[in-house]
Amino acid sequence: MKNKVLIGNGQGFWGDSILGPIRLLREGPLDYLTLDYLAEVTMSIMQKLRQRDPNAGYATDFVTLIDRVLPELLEKGTRVIANAGGVNPHACKDALLEVCRKHGATGVKIAVVDGDDILSDLDRMIGGGEEFNNLDTGAPIGDVRSRITSANVYLGAFPIAEALAGGAQIVVTGRGTDPGLVLGPLIHEFNWGPEDWHKLAAGTVAGHIVECGAQCSGGNFTDWRTIPNLSMVGYPVLEVEPSGDFCVTKHEGTGGLVSVETVTHQLAYEMGNPERYLTPDVIADFTSFRLKADGENRVLVQDTRGLPPTDTFKVSMSYSDGWKSVGQLTISGPDALAKARLCAKIVWDRLAYDGCEYSEEERLEEYVGAGECHAGLPGGTSDSPAEVVLRLGVKGPDRAKVARFGPELVPLVTSGPPGVTGFAGGRPKAQEIIGYWPALMSKHLIQPTVTVVES
Amino acid sequence: MPTVPLHRIAQARSGDKGEGSNVGILARSEAAYTFLAETLTEARVQDFLKEINFGGVTRYLAPNMRVLNFLLEDSLGGGGSASLKTDAQGKTHGIGLLRPEMDVPSAVLDATPPPPA
Repeated sequence: MKNKVLIGNGQGFWGDSILGPIRLLREGPLDYLTLDYLAEVTMSIMQKLRQRDPNAGYATDFVTLIDRVLPELLEKGTRVIANAGGVNPHACKDALLEVCRKHGATGVKIAVVDGDDILSDLDRMIGGGEEFNNLDTGAPIGDVRSRITSANVYLGAFPIAEALAGGAQIVVTGRGTDPGLVLGPLIHEFNWGPEDWHKLAAGTVAGHIVECGAQCSGGNFTDWRTIPNLSMVGYPVLEVEPSGDFCVTKHEGTGGLVSVETVTHQLAYEMGNPERYLTPDVIADFTSFRLKADGENRVLVQDTRGLPPTDTFKVSMSYSDGWKSVGQLTISGPDALAKARLCAKIVWDRLAYDGCEYSEEERLEEYVGAGECHAGLPGGTSDSPAEVVLRLGVKGPDRAKVARFGPELVPLVTSGPPGVTGFAGGRPKAQEIIGYWPALMSKHLIQPTVTVVES
Repeated sequence: MPTVPLHRIAQARSGDKGEGSNVGILARSEAAYTFLAETLTEARVQDFLKEINFGGVTRYLAPNMRVLNFLLEDSLGGGGSASLKTDAQGKTHGIGLLRPEMDVPSAVLDATPPPPA
């Protein structure tokens, strides 16, 4: 057994910089590279892509990345775990096999973890007594059943460990917990069992700290002036011991900062009740561990405690929830704010003339530059901004009514007050709103599957 | 008692949580944490953010990290993809909550290093 495992997370979300993982591989030692591509609405977008093309529905960015780094990956022996599979992990695997062929790389083992997609089983499960009430509001599934477009269980970390035990160098998963990408290799390397709750909790905390990439190494930090060289920010690296205690660090010579404060910023992010951070593998207690500086850019996290998990899986469903359209104009001074207010009135008046009136709940006016983000807070607003970005938006169930809005923005340039510009990117179009429906379901109904193939 | 912006004694980070946002307030010292745990109540935050959050506020404490975690119930204009707002994910709510001023005892200020200029 290794006495220390090095894990770097190079991707905080779909759209994060490709330089994160490339530099993690290039600029220092690494046993595992993890990559998080999935947000809640991503699965629904991927379902739509797959409906149009049976070979689509996964994060193509991941395939682009592997194409760029495969020779380095093979030379160093770094193993990769990515939830890039989306709703079509086997298509993602096939695309990776194609990349291996292109590079002439044979014998590369690629694993797929799936079994998270329950969309086709939903009616059978509901018939069998699963309720799928909305976890936040308590509303019954019947409210949205006919409009559901994706349904995926957040799988735990043990199937990832199984894939690694099968020799996989690259593991592609569908929906799973974000910290599980880190916990999986720790379970594999240190033979942690399902009842090693404190260790599983420690691995979960480690995964939570790195899951948003550079957000724990100096990005999005309150005292931003103190962070050196954010241009070349180092993505986080974990050094984990068999006990579960670990150090958060980054490669030597990279920009950014790892300190107790930068790590705590990330720990305080996306948290509910800190005593009960729920995953399918364990309940981690975020009030249990101790944080300690251990020299430059090194923070120790010790003595994490955990409790047995619940007997339910969290399910993430998405459903079609109407339409929206948002556009913007820039209005220069003098009198930027007054002119922007007039512009908004003109747009609503003209739309009303043409039979499209939107209720207060269905429309939005924002005056960016006058104080939208910090409304009502000291220093957060200005009565006389030099210029204003006017953002207008509408939403509702009627697609045609929402779509009617977009064409009435650009005419303001010639038929409104003077100094109106900044209309780029064409007319705003109606976009589908993807609703999010979190729910719980019985664990015993889910059977994760692990498949390993070789290039 | 000196009046200072919360920024003087705390740091913050925020993000989306369903139709609301999660605002973590990080005290800059033990003394600041003890003071904030007593004074930065759910009601106080509700009042500070009354033009941003239109639902309830729930507070959790994590003394090991000197963190006060606030969940705002309705601060994103619908949340997720239904929001039309420019800050649809509440990314700016954290540093926003560092703007209000509070009366802070001199002893707490003395024990709390100020943010770098």
